Amino acid sequence: MASLKDMRVRIASTKATQKITKAMQMVAASKLRRAQTAAEAARPYAEKMDTVIASIAGATTAGSGPALLVGTGKDQVNLLLVCTGERGLCGAFNSSIVRLARERALALMNQGKTVKFFCVGRKGYEQLRRNFDKQIVGHLELRSVRQLGFVNANDIAKKVLELFNTGEFDVCTLFYSRFKSVIAQIPTAQQIIPLVVEAPKADAGPTPSYDYEPAEDEILDGLLPRNLAVQIFRALLENNASFYGAQMSSMDNATRNAGDMIRKQTLIYNRTRQAMITKELIEIISGAEAI
Amino acid sequence: MATFHFDLVSPEKLAFTGEVEQVDIPGAEGDVGVMAGHAPVVIALRPGIMTVTNGGKHEKIIVLGGLAEVSDKGLTVLADVATSIAELDREAFAKDIAEMEEKLAEKEGSALDRAIERLDHFKVIQQHITSTAMH
Repeated sequence: MASLKDMRVRIASTKATQKITKAMQMVAASKLRRAQTAAEAARPYAEKMDTVIASIAGATTAGSGPALLVGTGKDQVNLLLVCTGERGLCGAFNSSIVRLARERALALMNQGKTVKFFCVGRKGYEQLRRNFDKQIVGHLELRSVRQLGFVNANDIAKKVLELFNTGEFDVCTLFYSRFKSVIAQIPTAQQIIPLVVEAPKADAGPTPSYDYEPAEDEILDGLLPRNLAVQIFRALLENNASFYGAQMSSMDNATRNAGDMIRKQTLIYNRTRQAMITKELIEIISGAEAI
Repeated sequence: MATFHFDLVSPEKLAFTGEVEQVDIPGAEGDVGVMAGHAPVVIALRPGIMTVTNGGKHEKIIVLGGLAEVSDKGLTVLADVATSIAELDREAFAKDIAEMEEKLAEKEGSALDRAIERLDHFKVIQQHITSTAMH
Protein backbone atom coordinates (compact mmCIF):
# COMPACT_ATOMS: atom_id res chain seq x y z
CA MET A 1 0.00 0.00 0.00
CA ALA A 2 1.18 3.47 -0.79
CA SER A 3 2.52 5.35 2.20
CA LEU A 4 0.77 8.45 3.49
CA LYS A 5 3.49 10.65 2.04
CA ASP A 6 3.02 9.17 -1.44
CA MET A 7 -0.68 9.90 -1.22
CA ARG A 8 -0.11 13.49 -0.18
CA VAL A 9 2.22 13.97 -3.12
CA ARG A 10 -0.35 12.51 -5.49
CA ILE A 11 -3.13 14.76 -4.20
CA ALA A 12 -0.90 17.80 -4.53
CA SER A 13 -0.07 16.92 -8.14
CA THR A 14 -3.73 16.41 -9.04
CA LYS A 15 -4.48 19.82 -7.54
CA ALA A 16 -1.73 21.37 -9.64
CA THR A 17 -3.19 19.78 -12.77
CA GLN A 18 -6.61 21.09 -11.85
CA LYS A 19 -5.21 24.59 -11.56
CA ILE A 20 -3.71 24.34 -15.03
CA THR A 21 -6.89 23.06 -16.66
CA LYS A 22 -8.91 25.72 -14.86
CA ALA A 23 -6.60 28.43 -16.15
CA MET A 24 -6.77 27.01 -19.69
CA GLN A 25 -10.55 26.99 -19.50
CA MET A 26 -10.65 30.65 -18.54
CA VAL A 27 -8.16 31.63 -21.24
CA ALA A 28 -10.23 29.72 -23.82
CA ALA A 29 -13.40 31.44 -22.60
CA SER A 30 -11.97 34.91 -23.11
CA LYS A 31 -10.47 33.99 -26.50
CA LEU A 32 -13.78 32.43 -27.50
CA ARG A 33 -15.54 35.71 -26.93
CA ARG A 34 -13.10 37.49 -29.23
CA ALA A 35 -13.29 34.75 -31.87
CA GLN A 36 -17.07 34.85 -31.74
CA THR A 37 -17.18 38.61 -32.30
CA ALA A 38 -14.78 38.24 -35.22
CA ALA A 39 -16.94 35.50 -36.74
CA GLU A 40 -20.05 37.62 -36.35
CA ALA A 41 -18.36 40.71 -37.79
CA ALA A 42 -17.44 38.78 -40.93
CA ARG A 43 -20.93 37.47 -41.48
CA PRO A 44 -22.55 40.49 -43.25
CA TYR A 45 -19.85 40.54 -45.94
CA ALA A 46 -20.13 36.83 -46.66
CA GLU A 47 -23.91 36.99 -46.75
CA LYS A 48 -23.96 39.98 -49.10
CA MET A 49 -21.40 38.24 -51.27
CA ASP A 50 -23.68 35.20 -51.49
CA THR A 51 -26.68 37.28 -52.54
CA VAL A 52 -24.75 39.24 -55.15
CA ILE A 53 -23.21 36.11 -56.65
CA ALA A 54 -26.54 34.31 -56.64
CA SER A 55 -28.22 37.19 -58.45
CA ILE A 56 -25.45 37.54 -61.04
CA ALA A 57 -25.17 33.81 -61.57
CA GLY A 58 -28.93 33.65 -62.01
CA ALA A 59 -28.75 36.36 -64.65
CA THR A 60 -26.07 34.64 -66.74
CA THR A 61 -27.14 31.88 -69.05
CA ALA A 62 -27.09 28.39 -67.59
CA GLY A 63 -24.19 26.13 -68.52
CA SER A 64 -21.84 28.91 -69.52
CA GLY A 65 -19.56 31.03 -67.41
CA PRO A 66 -16.16 30.81 -65.76
CA ALA A 67 -14.87 27.39 -64.67
CA LEU A 68 -15.02 28.39 -61.01
CA LEU A 69 -18.80 28.60 -61.30
CA VAL A 70 -19.70 25.77 -63.65
CA GLY A 71 -16.72 23.47 -63.04
CA THR A 72 -14.44 21.76 -65.50
CA GLY A 73 -17.15 19.40 -66.66
CA LYS A 74 -15.56 16.49 -64.79
CA ASP A 75 -15.55 15.35 -61.21
CA GLN A 76 -12.68 12.89 -61.38
CA VAL A 77 -10.14 14.58 -59.13
CA ASN A 78 -11.35 15.86 -55.77
CA LEU A 79 -9.43 18.24 -53.58
CA LEU A 80 -10.34 18.17 -49.91
CA LEU A 81 -9.39 21.37 -48.15
CA VAL A 82 -9.27 20.39 -44.50
CA CYS A 83 -9.13 23.18 -41.94
CA THR A 84 -8.24 22.17 -38.40
CA GLY A 85 -6.68 23.74 -35.34
CA GLU A 86 -3.02 24.20 -34.54
CA ARG A 87 -3.17 22.76 -31.08
CA GLY A 88 -4.72 19.88 -29.22
CA LEU A 89 -6.31 19.77 -25.76
CA CYS A 90 -9.67 20.58 -27.25
CA GLY A 91 -11.62 17.36 -27.05
CA ALA A 92 -12.71 15.81 -30.32
CA PHE A 93 -12.52 19.07 -32.29
CA ASN A 94 -9.68 18.17 -34.66
CA SER A 95 -10.41 14.48 -34.95
CA SER A 96 -14.07 14.99 -35.79
CA ILE A 97 -13.19 17.23 -38.74
CA VAL A 98 -10.54 14.76 -39.87
CA ARG A 99 -12.96 11.87 -39.48
CA LEU A 100 -15.52 13.57 -41.72
CA ALA A 101 -12.85 14.27 -44.34
CA ARG A 102 -11.51 10.73 -44.14
CA GLU A 103 -14.94 9.18 -44.58
CA ARG A 104 -15.60 11.38 -47.58
CA ALA A 105 -12.21 10.51 -49.05
CA LEU A 106 -12.76 6.76 -48.66
CA ALA A 107 -16.24 7.01 -50.17
CA LEU A 108 -14.86 8.91 -53.16
CA MET A 109 -12.00 6.46 -53.62
CA ASN A 110 -14.44 3.56 -53.59
CA GLN A 111 -16.17 5.23 -56.51
CA GLY A 112 -12.85 5.20 -58.34
CA LYS A 113 -12.17 8.91 -57.97
CA THR A 114 -8.83 10.48 -57.20
CA VAL A 115 -8.58 12.32 -53.90
CA LYS A 116 -6.08 14.98 -52.97
CA PHE A 117 -5.71 16.83 -49.71
CA PHE A 118 -4.76 20.35 -48.78
CA CYS A 119 -4.35 20.78 -45.03
CA VAL A 120 -4.68 24.01 -43.13
CA GLY A 121 -3.58 23.62 -39.55
CA ARG A 122 -1.00 21.33 -38.03
CA LYS A 123 -3.26 18.86 -36.28
CA GLY A 124 -5.21 17.82 -39.36
CA TYR A 125 -2.00 17.42 -41.32
CA GLU A 126 -0.52 15.16 -38.69
CA GLN A 127 -3.59 12.95 -38.56
CA LEU A 128 -4.12 12.71 -42.31
CA ARG A 129 -0.45 12.06 -42.95
CA ARG A 130 -0.78 8.63 -41.35
CA ASN A 131 -3.22 7.34 -43.99
CA PHE A 132 -2.89 9.61 -46.99
CA ASP A 133 0.69 10.84 -46.95
CA LYS A 134 1.14 10.65 -50.76
CA GLN A 135 -2.14 12.40 -51.53
CA ILE A 136 -1.41 15.57 -49.56
CA VAL A 137 -0.57 18.20 -52.14
CA GLY A 138 0.11 20.97 -49.69
CA HIS A 139 -0.26 22.11 -46.15
CA LEU A 140 -0.17 25.39 -44.35
CA GLU A 141 0.20 26.25 -40.70
CA LEU A 142 -1.33 29.28 -39.08
CA ARG A 143 0.68 28.87 -35.93
CA SER A 144 2.49 32.18 -36.07
CA VAL A 145 -0.72 34.08 -36.84
CA ARG A 146 -1.90 35.98 -33.82
CA GLN A 147 -5.07 37.48 -35.22
CA LEU A 148 -6.72 35.81 -38.18
CA GLY A 149 -6.96 38.33 -40.98
CA PHE A 150 -8.43 38.24 -44.43
CA VAL A 151 -4.89 38.03 -45.85
CA ASN A 152 -4.46 34.55 -44.36
CA ALA A 153 -7.56 33.32 -46.13
CA ASN A 154 -6.45 35.06 -49.30
CA ASP A 155 -3.12 33.22 -49.23
CA ILE A 156 -4.90 29.88 -48.99
CA ALA A 157 -7.32 30.85 -51.75
CA LYS A 158 -4.42 31.83 -54.01
CA LYS A 159 -2.76 28.45 -53.52
CA VAL A 160 -6.01 26.61 -54.23
CA LEU A 161 -6.64 28.71 -57.34
CA GLU A 162 -3.15 28.01 -58.59
CA LEU A 163 -3.79 24.28 -58.28
CA PHE A 164 -7.15 24.68 -60.00
CA ASN A 165 -5.73 26.69 -62.89
CA THR A 166 -3.01 24.13 -63.53
CA GLY A 167 -5.72 21.46 -63.73
CA GLU A 168 -4.74 19.64 -60.56
CA PHE A 169 -8.34 19.01 -59.51
CA ASP A 170 -11.95 19.38 -60.65
CA VAL A 171 -13.95 19.64 -57.44
CA CYS A 172 -12.93 21.29 -54.19
CA THR A 173 -14.64 20.68 -50.87
CA LEU A 174 -13.94 22.65 -47.74
CA PHE A 175 -13.98 20.92 -44.34
CA TYR A 176 -14.32 22.90 -41.16
CA SER A 177 -16.25 23.01 -37.94
CA ARG A 178 -19.29 25.22 -37.82
CA PHE A 179 -19.75 27.05 -34.53
CA LYS A 180 -23.28 26.46 -33.33
CA SER A 181 -22.80 27.04 -29.63
CA VAL A 182 -20.13 26.59 -26.99
CA ILE A 183 -21.08 22.95 -26.54
CA ALA A 184 -22.00 22.16 -30.13
CA GLN A 185 -19.54 22.40 -33.01
CA ILE A 186 -20.64 20.71 -36.17
CA PRO A 187 -18.02 19.39 -38.59
CA THR A 188 -19.17 20.56 -42.01
CA ALA A 189 -18.30 19.85 -45.62
CA GLN A 190 -18.94 22.61 -48.14
CA GLN A 191 -18.27 22.45 -51.85
CA ILE A 192 -16.56 25.63 -53.03
CA ILE A 193 -15.40 24.74 -56.56
CA PRO A 194 -17.53 24.63 -58.63
CA LEU A 195 -19.61 26.99 -56.58
CA VAL A 196 -22.97 25.79 -55.39
CA VAL A 197 -25.37 28.66 -55.89
CA GLU A 198 -28.52 28.45 -53.88
CA ALA A 199 -31.62 28.94 -55.93
CA PRO A 200 -33.42 32.12 -54.92
CA LYS A 201 -36.31 31.48 -52.58
CA ALA A 202 -39.71 31.41 -54.19
CA ASP A 203 -41.22 33.77 -51.65
CA ALA A 204 -38.38 36.29 -51.89
CA GLY A 205 -40.31 38.33 -54.41
CA PRO A 206 -39.14 39.40 -57.84
CA THR A 207 -35.40 39.97 -58.03
CA PRO A 208 -34.54 43.41 -59.36
CA SER A 209 -33.00 43.38 -62.81
CA TYR A 210 -29.57 44.87 -62.37
CA ASP A 211 -27.44 46.86 -64.72
CA TYR A 212 -23.84 45.77 -64.69
CA GLU A 213 -20.79 47.95 -64.99
CA PRO A 214 -18.57 46.49 -66.43
CA ALA A 215 -20.36 43.50 -68.00
CA GLU A 216 -21.57 40.53 -65.93
CA ASP A 217 -18.83 38.09 -66.88
CA GLU A 218 -16.11 40.62 -66.12
CA ILE A 219 -17.56 41.23 -62.66
CA LEU A 220 -18.02 37.52 -62.16
CA ASP A 221 -14.40 36.88 -63.15
CA GLY A 222 -13.20 39.15 -60.39
CA LEU A 223 -15.83 38.12 -57.91
CA LEU A 224 -15.45 34.34 -57.96
CA PRO A 225 -11.84 34.11 -56.77
CA ARG A 226 -12.72 36.67 -54.15
CA ASN A 227 -15.70 34.66 -53.02
CA LEU A 228 -13.42 31.66 -52.59
CA ALA A 229 -11.25 33.66 -50.20
CA VAL A 230 -14.34 34.89 -48.38
CA GLN A 231 -15.67 31.36 -47.91
CA ILE A 232 -12.29 30.20 -46.64
CA PHE A 233 -12.07 33.20 -44.34
CA ARG A 234 -15.50 32.44 -42.94
CA ALA A 235 -14.49 28.80 -42.42
CA LEU A 236 -11.31 29.85 -40.61
CA LEU A 237 -13.19 32.19 -38.30
CA GLU A 238 -15.90 29.63 -37.54
CA ASN A 239 -13.18 27.07 -36.94
CA ASN A 240 -11.38 29.40 -34.59
CA ALA A 241 -14.51 30.01 -32.54
CA SER A 242 -15.29 26.29 -32.54
CA PHE A 243 -11.79 25.49 -31.41
CA TYR A 244 -12.01 27.71 -28.35
CA GLY A 245 -15.51 26.46 -27.63
CA ALA A 246 -14.33 22.87 -27.76
CA GLN A 247 -11.27 23.67 -25.70
CA MET A 248 -13.34 25.47 -23.11
CA SER A 249 -15.80 22.62 -22.62
CA SER A 250 -13.10 19.95 -22.62
CA MET A 251 -11.02 21.88 -20.08
CA ASP A 252 -14.14 22.37 -17.99
CA ASN A 253 -14.60 18.60 -18.03
CA ALA A 254 -10.97 18.05 -17.12
CA THR A 255 -11.27 20.44 -14.18
CA ARG A 256 -14.34 18.62 -12.92
CA ASN A 257 -12.69 15.21 -13.32
CA ALA A 258 -9.66 16.45 -11.41
CA GLY A 259 -12.00 17.63 -8.64
CA ASP A 260 -13.60 14.17 -8.45
CA MET A 261 -10.20 12.56 -8.33
CA ILE A 262 -9.03 14.85 -5.54
CA ARG A 263 -12.11 14.03 -3.49
CA LYS A 264 -11.58 10.28 -3.92
CA GLN A 265 -7.90 10.46 -3.13
CA THR A 266 -8.51 12.58 -0.03
CA LEU A 267 -11.06 10.05 1.20
CA ILE A 268 -8.64 7.16 0.80
CA TYR A 269 -5.90 9.24 2.42
CA ASN A 270 -8.05 10.01 5.47
CA ARG A 271 -9.17 6.40 5.82
CA THR A 272 -5.61 5.13 5.68
CA ARG A 273 -4.52 7.74 8.20
CA GLN A 274 -7.28 6.75 10.63
CA ALA A 275 -6.56 3.06 10.16
CA MET A 276 -2.93 3.67 11.06
CA ILE A 277 -3.86 5.61 14.21
CA THR A 278 -6.24 2.85 15.27
CA LYS A 279 -3.56 0.27 14.65
CA GLU A 280 -1.04 2.18 16.75
CA LEU A 281 -3.56 2.58 19.59
CA ILE A 282 -4.29 -1.15 19.58
CA GLU A 283 -0.58 -1.85 19.73
CA ILE A 284 -0.11 0.49 22.71
CA ILE A 285 -3.13 -0.88 24.60
CA SER A 286 -2.27 -4.51 24.02
CA GLY A 287 1.32 -3.71 25.03
CA ALA A 288 0.10 -2.12 28.28
CA GLU A 289 -2.19 -5.09 29.00
CA ALA A 290 0.66 -7.53 28.58
CA ILE A 291 2.54 -5.92 31.47
CA MET B 1 -32.89 65.87 -49.03
CA ALA B 2 -33.99 62.31 -49.51
CA THR B 3 -31.80 59.71 -47.85
CA PHE B 4 -31.23 56.03 -48.51
CA HIS B 5 -29.72 53.12 -46.66
CA PHE B 6 -26.01 52.55 -47.08
CA ASP B 7 -23.93 49.57 -45.84
CA LEU B 8 -20.18 49.47 -46.13
CA VAL B 9 -18.81 46.01 -45.35
CA SER B 10 -15.27 44.70 -45.50
CA PRO B 11 -14.42 41.03 -44.90
CA GLU B 12 -13.42 41.75 -41.34
CA LYS B 13 -16.25 43.99 -40.21
CA LEU B 14 -19.33 46.03 -40.97
CA ALA B 15 -17.62 49.38 -41.38
CA PHE B 16 -20.63 51.63 -41.79
CA THR B 17 -24.37 51.33 -41.78
CA GLY B 18 -26.99 54.06 -41.81
CA GLU B 19 -28.96 56.60 -43.82
CA VAL B 20 -27.04 58.93 -46.14
CA GLU B 21 -27.82 61.46 -48.85
CA GLN B 22 -25.21 60.69 -51.46
CA VAL B 23 -22.29 58.36 -52.03
CA ASP B 24 -19.69 58.86 -54.73
CA ILE B 25 -18.19 55.54 -55.72
CA PRO B 26 -14.92 55.06 -57.60
CA GLY B 27 -16.18 52.61 -60.25
CA ALA B 28 -13.84 50.58 -62.45
CA GLU B 29 -15.20 52.45 -65.50
CA GLY B 30 -15.52 55.87 -63.88
CA ASP B 31 -16.95 57.52 -60.80
CA VAL B 32 -20.59 56.96 -59.97
CA GLY B 33 -22.72 59.15 -57.74
CA VAL B 34 -25.52 57.28 -56.01
CA MET B 35 -28.50 59.12 -54.55
CA ALA B 36 -31.85 57.95 -53.28
CA GLY B 37 -33.94 56.16 -55.91
CA HIS B 38 -31.01 55.08 -58.07
CA ALA B 39 -31.73 52.27 -60.55
CA PRO B 40 -30.50 48.80 -59.51
CA VAL B 41 -26.91 48.34 -60.62
CA VAL B 42 -23.83 46.30 -59.77
CA ILE B 43 -20.55 48.17 -60.10
CA ALA B 44 -16.99 46.87 -59.78
CA LEU B 45 -14.77 49.25 -57.82
CA ARG B 46 -11.26 50.43 -58.50
CA PRO B 47 -8.93 51.42 -55.67
CA GLY B 48 -9.93 54.98 -54.90
CA ILE B 49 -11.65 57.37 -52.56
CA MET B 50 -15.32 57.08 -51.77
CA THR B 51 -17.16 60.19 -50.58
CA VAL B 52 -20.14 59.81 -48.28
CA THR B 53 -22.33 62.91 -48.00
CA ASN B 54 -24.76 63.32 -45.17
CA GLY B 55 -26.21 66.52 -43.72
CA GLY B 56 -23.77 68.66 -45.69
CA LYS B 57 -20.78 66.78 -44.26
CA HIS B 58 -18.44 64.83 -46.50
CA GLU B 59 -16.65 61.80 -45.23
CA LYS B 60 -13.90 60.31 -47.33
CA ILE B 61 -13.19 56.61 -47.18
CA ILE B 62 -10.43 54.81 -49.02
CA VAL B 63 -11.51 51.55 -50.65
CA LEU B 64 -9.05 49.22 -52.35
CA GLY B 65 -11.30 47.55 -54.87
CA GLY B 66 -14.49 45.58 -54.36
CA LEU B 67 -18.07 45.69 -55.48
CA ALA B 68 -21.06 47.99 -55.06
CA GLU B 69 -24.66 46.91 -55.34
CA VAL B 70 -27.60 49.28 -55.61
CA SER B 71 -31.02 47.74 -55.10
CA ASP B 72 -34.36 49.02 -53.90
CA LYS B 73 -33.15 48.34 -50.36
CA GLY B 74 -30.27 50.78 -50.75
CA LEU B 75 -26.58 50.68 -51.48
CA THR B 76 -24.21 47.96 -50.32
CA VAL B 77 -20.49 48.30 -50.87
CA LEU B 78 -18.38 45.17 -50.47
CA ALA B 79 -14.93 46.67 -50.11
CA ASP B 80 -11.75 44.62 -50.08
CA VAL B 81 -10.26 47.10 -47.64
CA ALA B 82 -12.07 50.15 -46.25
CA THR B 83 -10.32 52.77 -44.12
CA SER B 84 -11.33 56.33 -43.48
CA ILE B 85 -8.70 58.88 -44.44
CA ALA B 86 -8.16 59.89 -40.83
CA GLU B 87 -7.29 56.32 -39.84
CA LEU B 88 -5.05 55.51 -42.77
CA ASP B 89 -1.51 54.53 -41.93
CA ARG B 90 0.30 56.75 -44.42
CA GLU B 91 3.71 55.15 -43.98
CA ALA B 92 2.33 51.66 -44.57
CA PHE B 93 0.49 52.92 -47.63
CA ALA B 94 3.65 54.48 -49.06
CA LYS B 95 5.46 51.21 -48.36
CA ASP B 96 2.80 49.25 -50.25
CA ILE B 97 3.31 51.49 -53.26
CA ALA B 98 7.08 51.07 -53.12
CA GLU B 99 6.63 47.29 -52.94
CA MET B 100 4.30 47.30 -55.93
CA GLU B 101 6.81 49.32 -57.92
CA GLU B 102 9.53 46.81 -57.14
CA LYS B 103 7.37 43.90 -58.20
CA LEU B 104 6.53 45.49 -61.55
CA ALA B 105 9.81 44.23 -62.98
CA GLU B 106 8.79 40.60 -62.39
CA LYS B 107 5.55 40.84 -64.31
CA GLU B 108 4.85 40.77 -68.02
CA GLY B 109 2.01 40.83 -70.51
CA SER B 110 -1.49 41.52 -69.26
CA ALA B 111 -0.44 40.96 -65.64
CA LEU B 112 1.96 43.88 -66.06
CA ASP B 113 -0.81 46.06 -67.48
CA ARG B 114 -3.07 45.25 -64.55
CA ALA B 115 -0.30 45.90 -62.04
CA ILE B 116 0.48 49.27 -63.61
CA GLU B 117 -3.20 50.20 -63.59
CA ARG B 118 -3.52 49.29 -59.93
CA LEU B 119 -0.35 51.16 -59.07
CA ASP B 120 -1.70 54.26 -60.81
CA HIS B 121 -4.88 54.09 -58.74
CA PHE B 122 -2.84 53.82 -55.58
CA LYS B 123 -0.71 56.79 -56.57
CA VAL B 124 -3.78 58.89 -57.24
CA ILE B 125 -5.02 58.09 -53.75
CA GLN B 126 -1.66 58.98 -52.27
CA GLN B 127 -1.51 62.25 -54.12
CA HIS B 128 -4.96 63.08 -52.86
CA ILE B 129 -4.05 62.34 -49.27
CA THR B 130 -0.85 64.32 -49.29
CA SER B 131 -2.40 67.32 -51.02
CA THR B 132 -5.31 67.51 -48.56
CA ALA B 133 -2.91 67.11 -45.66
CA MET B 134 -1.14 70.31 -46.64
CA HIS B 135 -4.20 72.50 -46.38
